[in-house]
Amino acid sequence: MLRRILALTIKEFIGILKNRKSRMVLILPPIAQIIVFGYAATFDLKDVPVAIYNEDQGEISRQIIARFKGSRVFRIIGGLQSDDQISPVISLKKALLVLHFHEEFSKDILKGGHGDLQVILDGRNSNTALIALNYVHTIVADFNRSWAKKNGVGSSPARLITRSWFNRMLDSHWFIIPGIVALLTIVVTLEVTALSVAKEREAGTFDQLLVTPMTPFEILIGKSLPGLIIGLVEGTFIIIATCYWFEIPLRGSLLVLYSGLFTFLLSAIGIGLMISSISLTQQQGLMGAFMFLVPSVVLSGFATPIANMPKFVQDLTLLNPMRYILVIVRSVFLQGAGFDLLWTQYIPMAIIGIVSLAIAGFLFKRRLY
Amino acid sequence: MGSYSSSTEKKLARMRLRGLIKKEIHQILRDPSSIGIAFFLPVVLLLIFGYGVSLDAEHVPIGIVIEQPGPETNAFVAGFMESEYFNPVFFQSVQQAESALLQRKIMGIVWTRSDFTRRLLGGAEAPIGVIVDGVDANQARIVQGYITGVWMKWIASYAKAKGKLLSVPVNIKHRIWFNSAVRSRNFLVPGLIAVIMTLIGGMLTSMVIAREWERGTMEALLVTPVRIREIILGKVIPYFFLGMGGMALSVFISIVIFHVPFRGSYLALGLASALFMLTAIALGLIISTAAGSQFVAGQIAIVITFLPAFMLSGFVFDINSMPLPIQIITYIVAARYFVSILQSLFLAGNIWPIYIVNCCYLAIMAALFFMIIKKKSHKRLI
Repeated sequence: MLRRILALTIKEFIGILKNRKSRMVLILPPIAQIIVFGYAATFDLKDVPVAIYNEDQGEISRQIIARFKGSRVFRIIGGLQSDDQISPVISLKKALLVLHFHEEFSKDILKGGHGDLQVILDGRNSNTALIALNYVHTIVADFNRSWAKKNGVGSSPARLITRSWFNRMLDSHWFIIPGIVALLTIVVTLEVTALSVAKEREAGTFDQLLVTPMTPFEILIGKSLPGLIIGLVEGTFIIIATCYWFEIPLRGSLLVLYSGLFTFLLSAIGIGLMISSISLTQQQGLMGAFMFLVPSVVLSGFATPIANMPKFVQDLTLLNPMRYILVIVRSVFLQGAGFDLLWTQYIPMAIIGIVSLAIAGFLFKRRLY
Repeated sequence: MGSYSSSTEKKLARMRLRGLIKKEIHQILRDPSSIGIAFFLPVVLLLIFGYGVSLDAEHVPIGIVIEQPGPETNAFVAGFMESEYFNPVFFQSVQQAESALLQRKIMGIVWTRSDFTRRLLGGAEAPIGVIVDGVDANQARIVQGYITGVWMKWIASYAKAKGKLLSVPVNIKHRIWFNSAVRSRNFLVPGLIAVIMTLIGGMLTSMVIAREWERGTMEALLVTPVRIREIILGKVIPYFFLGMGGMALSVFISIVIFHVPFRGSYLALGLASALFMLTAIALGLIISTAAGSQFVAGQIAIVITFLPAFMLSGFVFDINSMPLPIQIITYIVAARYFVSILQSLFLAGNIWPIYIVNCCYLAIMAALFFMIIKKKSHKRLI
């Protein structure tokens, strides 16, 4: 039995690796992607283009503008002379936001104690707009504090002392890059497994395989092993890049991480083989993989939190193995979590894996149509 | 060929093209997965996305530890109870709250020590401890902002009640144009259309030529008088219409079901979509021609269509904030231009300079891709 499985595994590997092009597509993209996406995927803003419309002649607006000039986040693209210029500068995306100091701004503050600073933002990407607005608030709050101190007017009676755990600088790379470990691993694994049965169906060699002494169980294992091995190798590569290239701290144990990766691969392989054994052609296999992959990336919590989704979509994500591995990878990396905190994440993935593998094996001999 | 007059030749060419298109349509209709990817996928994705994906946090579970309650702290806590952003959970001690944070049951902790009221009344700056779960940095920052909001409101009313003048010299009044309610759905849905269209164009066509080579039907085609240009057109035309159908459906769903405002012109939208569709299909055909086998074609398609459209198009992540080399790479991602066009057409209206520049880029890309296809395709055995 072992010899038969080994023979099939070797045959699968030869099928995947013999062709130079297919070797390349397995090896090169993950390297390029972890680098490119690792840098691209961030919610932190920098070089936000700002236009300034300053009607105020006073000192205070100049002080505030100086603070914006000194900030790494903002880049001042120039001044506006009239109201009509605001609309084109925002619409044409020359600036993400316009700071408008009206004529009486400094006077209001010196006389009445407070003045209004108008901020106009391009809301086409409202998330970016909100983040930029938060930065504006931070700069202005800093200014307010130092102004109050300098002029000896009542400082605030209570203040917030904020700490953020696990990611002190709130660098969003720390959140996204460990997620890429899961993303690229599932892509590669699905690629390898989703076509493996469909390819043989299309070529007619799967029927030949079925009449050999191999049982469906043996075929299942033989077809799973390449995906598992390739997934583990690529996963390891990406984990190494995460730790050493992007210098994201790995605070937990490798055992916890790899148990997660292994269970995750099991479920990904199960789903891939299930799709593959339903498909009659490679095109169907690929489309099937896609129809699974795209929603599962989108609804995994990779970029947008699951907690923000409505209840029924949240329930739907319980079927998504990526949801669990993302929690495991991020908790192990940033939080240093162990099995005691994470065991609830392993079980659903293991169940998804076993059930889908069983269905795949069952479908080998009984096609749906 | 020389024996035919040019008009007969034209007629024959039309006939051949019609035959190829007919064959391709049959193939699409017979294989449910193509129809699936063109119509089923956009509908399902848009529904899931539109309902499911949001960057706006609400009812964030937050732990509150008040070591010694009093009227002052009660007023402060009431701010969290009333806010729709929070779902407060009370803890006796900060240790309990911290262990809940470790288990990811709460997103943050707000904590006042037992001497809070005494210090507050004594006029010393009384500290309020805030701990946020930084694993999701973006959410953590949003939660921090909400907490600051509650705190500022409380401080203002506290100072007022005490008759103190609270110094807030500069007050920010903000207006967010095009999306004043700040619904993240309004920009995610148009962006998603671009991602889905990339998928449809790229995925559907990436395998079609590779399939013919792999099955040996390409060799059969080669011995017929069909020209290479006709083979390519025969592939492009049916998938173009299939893709445009999916596009129309997506726009319909965005507007009717998700109430994303559409402020631009439909004609402009149609034109830009057609250009983008051609680019996506051309890219799919290049992959298909270059790959040789369906396995390789499929893998390349995933890697160079879906993932860049998701990550590098500016659909979720801001392109301006990426490092310069990555920004340069985004210029070769067609979805980047389409996302920009869609977000403007949907939310801001006809901003012609943006529209025209991005359409030009798309047209250049499409022309370039078709040139590559023409050069790469050959009517001979490999």
